[in-house]
Amino acid sequence: MTVIKTADEAKQDRAYLQSLTELLYQLADDDFIISFRGSEWLGLAPHIEEDVSFSSITQNTMGHAVLYYQLLEELGEGEADILAHDRSSEKRRNAVYLEKKNGEGDYIEEPYYDWALTVIRQYLYETFKKVKLEALLQSSYVPLADTAQKVLMEQTYHLAHWKTWVRQLQDSTDEAKSRLQFRIEEAWDEFLDVLELGPEAKEMEKHQLIVSEEELQQQWLADVKDTLTYIPDKPLQKTNGSGRNGEHTEDLTQALNTLNEVYEMDKNAVW
Amino acid sequence: MYNFVEHGGKETSTINEDPVKYEQFMKRIEAGEKIEADDWMPEEYRQTLIKLISMHGISEIMGALPEKEWTPKAPTLKRKLGIMAKVQDEMGHGQLLLRVAEDLIKPYGKQREDLMNDLLTGDLKFHNVFHMETRTWADAGVVGWLVDGAAIISQTNMLDASYGPYQRALQRICAEEVFHAQHGEAIIMELAEGTEQQRNMLQDAVNRWWPALLMFFGPDSASTTGSSKQEVTTKYKIRKSSNEELRQAFLDKYLPRVFSLGLTIPDETLRYDEEKEYWIYQQPDWNEFKKIISNNGPRSKERIRLREISYEKNRWVRQALAPAPAYS
Ligand SMILES: [Fe+2]
Ligand SMILES: [Fe+2]
Repeated sequence: MTVIKTADEAKQDRAYLQSLTELLYQLADDDFIISFRGSEWLGLAPHIEEDVSFSSITQNTMGHAVLYYQLLEELGEGEADILAHDRSSEKRRNAVYLEKKNGEGDYIEEPYYDWALTVIRQYLYETFKKVKLEALLQSSYVPLADTAQKVLMEQTYHLAHWKTWVRQLQDSTDEAKSRLQFRIEEAWDEFLDVLELGPEAKEMEKHQLIVSEEELQQQWLADVKDTLTYIPDKPLQKTNGSGRNGEHTEDLTQALNTLNEVYEMDKNAVW
Repeated sequence: MYNFVEHGGKETSTINEDPVKYEQFMKRIEAGEKIEADDWMPEEYRQTLIKLISMHGISEIMGALPEKEWTPKAPTLKRKLGIMAKVQDEMGHGQLLLRVAEDLIKPYGKQREDLMNDLLTGDLKFHNVFHMETRTWADAGVVGWLVDGAAIISQTNMLDASYGPYQRALQRICAEEVFHAQHGEAIIMELAEGTEQQRNMLQDAVNRWWPALLMFFGPDSASTTGSSKQEVTTKYKIRKSSNEELRQAFLDKYLPRVFSLGLTIPDETLRYDEEKEYWIYQQPDWNEFKKIISNNGPRSKERIRLREISYEKNRWVRQALAPAPAYS
């Protein structure tokens, strides 16, 4: 296996570089957008203890996105801040399911957020994130493998947190069960996008950046079946489009308009 | 945040206390001993602590909301991480303090849920500054720099408070507040040294926040707004300095910094009296202050509404977590 130790080395091979940057955009944008959705929740969680834990997870997750944007910066993609704030919707590689609004309403006025959506989304995402990070430990791009190791240290707690929520709720009242089931059904229609690596998937595997999509998906499904007591009897789909292909919804536009509002006031200013 | 203790508080006296126990208690206070949750304490002391600490706790929680408005909008990755860390800390302070308050209300058969309900009914007030609007990103900076700066001064004043659980919570809170003020100051510095638009935004925020910052420490004396429990908190060694002493300390610390950044204060009468060694300033409108803290401030309703929505929307979660049989 060829091991690529530095950004300069990676830049020597155009095909390698292309797959690597594609993978990094997916990793960065996924964490970035789900952290954004998390930050909208502050002060609205079911109890104060949860507000503290959830905001800690959200903050760590933003930290992970920053690490990936920095790897992209090293590879000559531009400044991390610009990558995070100044890329249009079509350029974003996050999965569509992760950009979905937390519920009806706005985060400042009348936020009718749904805790069931958040628990299911966070749990499914963190489960997959762990599978992916563990695969990335063997990545041919050493700076990425090192980053994965760092992220995994925090991420283990995040997954444990959401797993606890799933276990508590799916095992409680009928209302909680049915709310969770509704969101699991919904996730089954949309989650495939998260599980994919996009048009470069085969190349990524060839360059030993990460394992195959099939391998990742199988591991994810096995983990999920271990925890969820309800699994829909239907194939996983991506009915809202493929974020890996740059297809996105109005929800992402709303997110981008919010998260770059101040940045957009003056892109050349120092903030 | 004790300055609110004087409002809406149930008047208690020490007349009905067991004189022997009371005397022993006061000896402990005067000897600088720390009182613990399970120790005997006079009703007046307990009531004062409940008011003080539950208000402080709920103010930390409500205090995260104005900055939350700017958390998703922070203009760089570094600022996003900084403000996320800050709002998380504030929630953590709220949690820490509510736990201290919970122990104090236990003898009355009350719990956390009652405190949260008191917030929704208006019985539990939160700090005046958190009723204010945060109109621009500069407001997020001013909150971090000057509101947290003011909080540091008022909380440092109680670092040696006679009630042990509160005193210990304050040690940790004050340590974190220092980082908050640094975070706020970093935002302010960039704006102050930035473009004309950024400078204007900052000056505008300072102008709007000025009266609220003066109000932060509470009125000078009882005569301004009616009764005052300043004396009670001093008697029991919960606090050291008076409202006005704290406000003067704040002005001493921050006005030179404000001026050195080329910013102005919207008060033409503001000056330092060299002889008397204090700041002379235009009193804020204390009637407005009373209005604000009785939940009629610029953003009071909207912020309380957020807690209401959270309470309603998460009812099913509370029921799911409650031990069977589920409560309504
Ligand atoms: Fe705080
Ligand atoms: Fe603070």
